[in-house]
Amino acid sequence: MTEVVLEGVHVRHGEREVLHDVSLRLRERRVAVIGANGSGKSTLARLLNGLVLPSSGRVSVDGLDTRRRGREVRRRVGFVFTDPDAQIIMPTVAEDVAYSLRRSGLSKVEVAARVAAELDRHGLAGHADHPAHLLSGGQKQLLALTSVLVTDPRLVVADEPTTLLDLRNTRAVAERLAALDQHVVLVTHDLELVTGFDRVLVVDGGRVVVDDVPAVAVPAYRRLMGA
Amino acid sequence: MPTTSVLHRLGAGAKLWGLCACSLALLAVSTPTGVGAAVVGVVALYAVARLGPRALWSQVRPLRWFVPVVVAVQWATLGPVSAAVLTTRLVALVALAGLVTLTTPTSLLLDALERGLHPWRRLGVDAERAALVLALAVRSVPVLAALAGGVRDAQRARGRERDVRAFAVPLVVGALRQADALGEALRARGLDD
Repeated sequence: MTEVVLEGVHVRHGEREVLHDVSLRLRERRVAVIGANGSGKSTLARLLNGLVLPSSGRVSVDGLDTRRRGREVRRRVGFVFTDPDAQIIMPTVAEDVAYSLRRSGLSKVEVAARVAAELDRHGLAGHADHPAHLLSGGQKQLLALTSVLVTDPRLVVADEPTTLLDLRNTRAVAERLAALDQHVVLVTHDLELVTGFDRVLVVDGGRVVVDDVPAVAVPAYRRLMGA
Repeated sequence: MPTTSVLHRLGAGAKLWGLCACSLALLAVSTPTGVGAAVVGVVALYAVARLGPRALWSQVRPLRWFVPVVVAVQWATLGPVSAAVLTTRLVALVALAGLVTLTTPTSLLLDALERGLHPWRRLGVDAERAALVLALAVRSVPVLAALAGGVRDAQRARGRERDVRAFAVPLVVGALRQADALGEALRARGLDD
């Protein structure tokens, strides 16, 4: 079981405080983070794999401090961004997935086998040699997810992975995330996606204002937004 | 990518060395007959690789706006023959480099580059980083092209087709934003250290 702990975390960008005194212990397999634009939810997600370090306080993943042991933390925590174009590095689909295993110590044959298996698992086997930039938006996001999952992280953090997708692709990406064995922290504006989650954090003005099951947190968020 | 031709099967390192040798040889050619022979050679190599005129055109097409400028400058300063020789040489070089990328998976090119730079590590050359820079340069071309297309569409929608600043500012801002996001993604994928 993976455990993420945030203790008295503050994040400041200059004079602006983006997150204010956040303390959490995340052990659930499915955690969603919802909140308005600029509320601090993406910063909260980036804290979990050390992309953002706290100005004060401490974040740890399975006891590993993100400040001092960032490299090890990032091996455990995969991150999926909103825009897959920013995440895809190599020109072709298979090459991009293989690039994640560059420092894994696996032989070329092992890498090829693992890449093929992972592409097959996510419905991209037929696109292995295709140029990554010519994939559809949904396929690109699935590729970004595959490139993260091939390293077998314990926790997958996804920051609004469906924001740029149409309904069908949103469903496809959501189904993949739901089917993962790993722990998932999903930042989203799509309230339908969080229905089956174990825990929902509502972030507002840099604070976690609601922390509960979806049946309680989602209506509370709607009230907060006046919707 | 088809792997049926001799050029596809040739090692990436051999192709990179071949490209270096051909480039140096091309730079030494200064007569119309010489560049003519070079063009025939390049076309023949595309034929050996079983790549047609469309593949060749796709490699040199990005030069279509650049070539008239080069020809004009060379014509004005060196005369028509030198302009033709120098420009043809440039196009042939780009076509040759394109042939290497068309017949070699990028991952193999990166491996070859890393191996080639390995002896230089004592002088502080980081082979893996250099290979990563090359990979990023290759993948950035379609991303920036799509970005430029989007900016151009936005310009048209606002009736500002001829406003250079209205094109350049959002393009540069978008490119910088992409670079920021890419840096963050590299860190997230553990490729920063």
